[in-house]
Amino acid sequence: MREKILYGAGILGTLWLVRNLYVICLVLPDETAQGAIYRNLFFHVPSWFVSFTAYFAAGLASIAYVAKRNPVADTLAVACVEVGLVFTCVGLATGSIWARIIWGIWWTWDARLTWALITAVIYAGYLMLRRAIDDPTTRAKNAAVLCIFSFVSVMITYKSIEWWRTQHPDPVLSFRTGGGTIDPAMESAVFQNMLALALLAAVMIAVRMRQEAALREVDSLRRMAHAR
Amino acid sequence: MSAVVLNAVWKYFGDFAAVQDISLALPPASCLALLGRNGAGKTTVLRMLAGLSTPSQGRVEVLGMPSGDVRARARIGILGHGIGVYDELSAAENLRLFAGLYELPDADRAVTRWLERTWLDHVRDSPAREFSRGMRQRLAVARAFLAQPDLLLLDEPFTSLDDRAIALLQSLLAEALAGGTSVVMSTHQVREAMEMATHAALLVRGKLAHFGPRPPEMLNDPGWLYRTYGEA
Amino acid sequence: MRFARQSLRIAAKDLRAEMRTKEALNAALAFGVVILVIFSFVLDPGSEAIREMSGGLLWLTFVFAGALILNRAFARELPNDCLDTLLAAPLSGAALFLGKTLASFVLLIIVEGICLPIFGVLYDINWLLQPGLLAAVLLLATWGISVIGTVFSALTVNLRLRELMLPMLVYPIMIPALMAAMRLTTLLVTNEPISNDDWIWFRLLIGFDIIFTSLALGLVEIVLIG
Repeated sequence: MREKILYGAGILGTLWLVRNLYVICLVLPDETAQGAIYRNLFFHVPSWFVSFTAYFAAGLASIAYVAKRNPVADTLAVACVEVGLVFTCVGLATGSIWARIIWGIWWTWDARLTWALITAVIYAGYLMLRRAIDDPTTRAKNAAVLCIFSFVSVMITYKSIEWWRTQHPDPVLSFRTGGGTIDPAMESAVFQNMLALALLAAVMIAVRMRQEAALREVDSLRRMAHAR
Repeated sequence: MSAVVLNAVWKYFGDFAAVQDISLALPPASCLALLGRNGAGKTTVLRMLAGLSTPSQGRVEVLGMPSGDVRARARIGILGHGIGVYDELSAAENLRLFAGLYELPDADRAVTRWLERTWLDHVRDSPAREFSRGMRQRLAVARAFLAQPDLLLLDEPFTSLDDRAIALLQSLLAEALAGGTSVVMSTHQVREAMEMATHAALLVRGKLAHFGPRPPEMLNDPGWLYRTYGEA
Repeated sequence: MRFARQSLRIAAKDLRAEMRTKEALNAALAFGVVILVIFSFVLDPGSEAIREMSGGLLWLTFVFAGALILNRAFARELPNDCLDTLLAAPLSGAALFLGKTLASFVLLIIVEGICLPIFGVLYDINWLLQPGLLAAVLLLATWGISVIGTVFSALTVNLRLRELMLPMLVYPIMIPALMAAMRLTTLLVTNEPISNDDWIWFRLLIGFDIIFTSLALGLVEIVLIG
């Protein structure tokens, strides 16, 4: 039953994404200043929101693990960090491509990109720590503490870098600028893609969690076999 | 109130069940000899009693409190595989550190007394790094007994002790037992242990094969318990 | 208060042990001087660029050299199973952590105190222009670094690859404090006034210290008991 829901959600997300691609590439007109490459926005911005939400969820799951020691919380945390890291890399890649086309350079040390790179390194470190610890309970415990530290650091770093420098284009989505800088059709496409990607991210997280649950079951079966 | 209670305790390290469903209760002022081959789970049990490790399942109680409770830790003395003293500090500094951590009322006097009792008074200001192995062992013994614990947890304490140190430890243990302290001691040197053990437990591959008052057969025949309850 | 007494006992023990051998201290100092020398090949000493980079250069030196000291925080408890003996004592994990952070803090300040004049001599920079504020920056940023380093030392103490993993985990998390320290140090060392905008960096340092110290005190016990 659960599998069917996951498959259904996955197919729905994929179809939605395809539909969005159609709208993005064929229906919406080119933007006046940037040309065709502006379409990058539709993947770049949603990737950030999805990855940040994933990290936030991982942080909450880690707090839950510290409080209740429920292994499912630990599973949720690692799944969210992994998927979040994937979307952070997508964001970095799309940002880099966009920067290359618009400004002629592959990388700029502007606030958001710098923050994204630091965030990617921090959570890659989380995954590395998990790999370095063999005992599942110690791994879950220490990883949870690291995840909480990482998320707090990520939030502080975001603010700090903003104060440090900004070269990024000003926010164009209406809820940040109060309207008027972006065509409503484009804005709707951004939100639609955000939801589609979020749905796909949720499916990936759920699949990853099922994988961890299966691992745990194999683990306990192996324990029972060893015990004899 | 039992000195030590284990209730359906399991401990996993990843796949491996180091301790499987162990239950026992040790009366106060007893000395439990914890026997078993290497890898049987003796050290794991001692670590859980000391509060260094939490059981995966089940309950561990020491001196009527959950293991790891700060009040329980204040009344426990441990002697593990490592001697637990700092090489860079002198004998006196090491003992003074632990006297402070255990909040002993008259720390300096206690430190001097224990240095004398373990025949380390003449090297009290030398760094532990310079000590011979026997001296380091005696310093560890002083550290374990320093706070007049109500429960002593000793992991293979007689291993690699010279004869003087063995005699010292035995006399200290006898004195502690007479004073109402309980002792849980894992050991391979069954002969030395049996002289003062009141109870014996045998662990076989993580399971409790036997627990009860020390069988009189063991005084003359140390291998008796292994043969009767363990594997050949 | 008992908590403070226990922390101070641990801090005193760590400092006493370190002062006997001075291993980590000497290594950190040597490393710090080496970095300062190597940077002289990267930048042209005496140029204006040095003045602008002074804060960054100084703090890079401090954190790279400091890693040697921070790594030792819990690693020094591994020989002779001393960590187990400490954890079995009636000592709270938070007190143990705070004591070790204090000790690392003092050692880092010593390294910084020695590297600073050397830096001044090698790069012809007068760092005594605004000593009070500079001291404040040093103390605040070093405390933040000590807290993070000590917590992560506890997190990685039992890992095989501890020496490799600790820097990789620790540096990205320290970035906000480092940014603030670098910016403020550059201003103070080049004797520029701290504008209203720049006071935000002081606030960042204080906030960083408070947030991560509280977080560490709350969570370190979980890391230490297995």
